[in-house]
Amino acid sequence: MDKGKITLAHGNGGQVMQKLINKMIISNFGNPILNRLDDGAVLDLKSRNNKLVFTTDSFVVDPIFFPGGDIGKLAVCGTVNDLAMMGAKPLYLSAGVIIEEGFAIADLYKIIISMKKTLALADVKIVCGDTKVVNKGHCDKIFINTSGIGIKQTKARITSSNAQPGDLIIVSGTIGEHGVSIMSQREGLKFKTQLKSDCAPLNGLVADMLKFSDAVHVMRDPTRGGVAAALNEIAEHSNLGIEINEENLPVSSQARGACEILGLDPLYLACEGRLLAFVAPNKAKDIIKVMHENQFGRKAQIIGKVVSGHKKQVYLSTLAGSDRILDVPIADQMPRIC
Amino acid sequence: MKYVDEFRNPKLAKQLIKLIHKLATQLDKPISIMEVCGSHTVAMFRYGIRKILPDNIRVIAGPGCPVCVTSQEDIDRAIGICEYPDTIITTFGDMIKVPGTKTTLRQMQAHGRDIRVVYSTLNALDFARENKQKKVIHIAVGFETTIPTVAAAVQRAKQEKLKNFYVLSSHKIIPPALKVLVASPKSEISGFLLPGHVSTIIGAKPYEFLVKKHKIPCVIAGFEALDILQSIVMLLNQQISKQPKVEMQYARCVNTQGNLFAQKMIAQVFKVSDVQWRGLGVMKKSGLIFRPEYKAFDAMRHFPVKVLKVKKTACRCGDVLQGIINPPQCVLFKKICNPSMPIGPCMVSSEGACSAYYRYGGKRNG
Repeated sequence: MDKGKITLAHGNGGQVMQKLINKMIISNFGNPILNRLDDGAVLDLKSRNNKLVFTTDSFVVDPIFFPGGDIGKLAVCGTVNDLAMMGAKPLYLSAGVIIEEGFAIADLYKIIISMKKTLALADVKIVCGDTKVVNKGHCDKIFINTSGIGIKQTKARITSSNAQPGDLIIVSGTIGEHGVSIMSQREGLKFKTQLKSDCAPLNGLVADMLKFSDAVHVMRDPTRGGVAAALNEIAEHSNLGIEINEENLPVSSQARGACEILGLDPLYLACEGRLLAFVAPNKAKDIIKVMHENQFGRKAQIIGKVVSGHKKQVYLSTLAGSDRILDVPIADQMPRIC
Repeated sequence: MKYVDEFRNPKLAKQLIKLIHKLATQLDKPISIMEVCGSHTVAMFRYGIRKILPDNIRVIAGPGCPVCVTSQEDIDRAIGICEYPDTIITTFGDMIKVPGTKTTLRQMQAHGRDIRVVYSTLNALDFARENKQKKVIHIAVGFETTIPTVAAAVQRAKQEKLKNFYVLSSHKIIPPALKVLVASPKSEISGFLLPGHVSTIIGAKPYEFLVKKHKIPCVIAGFEALDILQSIVMLLNQQISKQPKVEMQYARCVNTQGNLFAQKMIAQVFKVSDVQWRGLGVMKKSGLIFRPEYKAFDAMRHFPVKVLKVKKTACRCGDVLQGIINPPQCVLFKKICNPSMPIGPCMVSSEGACSAYYRYGGKRNG
């Protein structure tokens, strides 16, 4: 691939830009809808269900490459997962890319290939997009926005206000890995770890879980603010209390080790390939079983339950046999001093 | 995980809690235990230890949070230094959020100043090596635990003849602060949970005056649930037998003499001096400044900053740091002072008592 740098000409609408789009975008993301290169994509949803789900998210992660992923993979997974959490089957994405002048074309290529692989894994298509190049210093390397459309797969109401007293809370796998892997690459903090980001598209896992769609009341991917933020939001929206058992939280020993050293709490670290599901207790076992059969749910386990007391608050039973409030994160966690 | 799970065993924790309740019945009067270290404050809240203790055992937070005790003058000095041209400021975590008289390092960062959070002083050295045309100034706060790493970085810089690396030493040492605390007529401290990690460096001897002169039971404590519970049991036994001593609970990390190599390194680079602590005033021989041999690295000397006199506010971080009040007793607490808009440093630092009370000390909703 081209060893050069992105210049303002790559974004000015002229020949250089056309070449970049053809060489990089169409050849990798190409599909009949995108290939028309119209001003907009015409989508035939071929569905009797007329409930569309539409979402958008912007990705500005730094570092742009990290163990287990990169900004491109994240941009596809983030939007796919947001659609999936609403009980929708994700179908089409848009991609808007803002690139800083001077960005290495080879790095752009790596990002595009990574997006291509993730699109295939999630079985979704990019059907429209936009590229802009801005002057050096006007953005940090590369920003990506993706929007997505999906079709709701169930009549069940799956939303953060729908938790029910008695619901069991499932997490689909170990927590904290994405947050730690990002931190391990940050300037000034670099440390070696074999840990990889959990970044993954979860629509396949959700499709499996929706075999029990009536029993699934809430789904949420605990991204920014981690599990603690997601649980607090659900407790707030559903006007109920949540109890989590610290002993049951799945955290890999690598992530735990890094958190112990840095003084971070995995409950507040972002996950990009995990989901929380609030499910009716009588179907929890069945749901866990189908989750375990999916590659992205192998370590799914129950971490707590919904109660009608202490409304809008999340409590954590601690290992010392006591309990404490699990509060809403206030700011990014900082590594401790000593 | 080895060396962690063993110290978080829920069964053993329950047994220790039972024992604490049993021993508490033998106390002839209520006691107040000060946990000196900010990490102990947070661990106590995180494990929910405070609320399972019997009513006659009160726990008070001490001055062992490095960000919290950094004086307003030192914060203003750091902010002043970042206004010098061609500088890169490096510092540890929460320091960038602490309000100075007018602004914070984070706000200065938003105004385009080059301020970077590092985990190790050696990262700051890397920046100095990689940016020879810039001056890298490390804002060094912390106690005996982190001081050796800063001393090591300075010695390394000297060996490498790095000419663009400086340190603003706002280092503090713990025993002189404890001396002032127990001498205060307001002091209600009847036992100390002594800081485990500071003690890995200084050992147990510097605390002996607490026993000999003040007859206060002391335990050098680790940071896991069982460490803390066991340390409380040890303190209670000392209290009941009326035989105060400096006991070692955190024996897997600390020995009586401490880390002699680290002590030597500190002494080579720094010397003790009277320094200002937030809320506690100037304390004799309680901080470290550069020895003349290392003055080339002293940011205070190379980047003079005119520091304004601090105006008195309603913030009571000083009283919190001395254990005179608990954070909710401050009129600003939760009303206008919170972790998003902190007034005092004890609300800024994740290890600060105010921040811990804010996060974990709330009431259960109906």
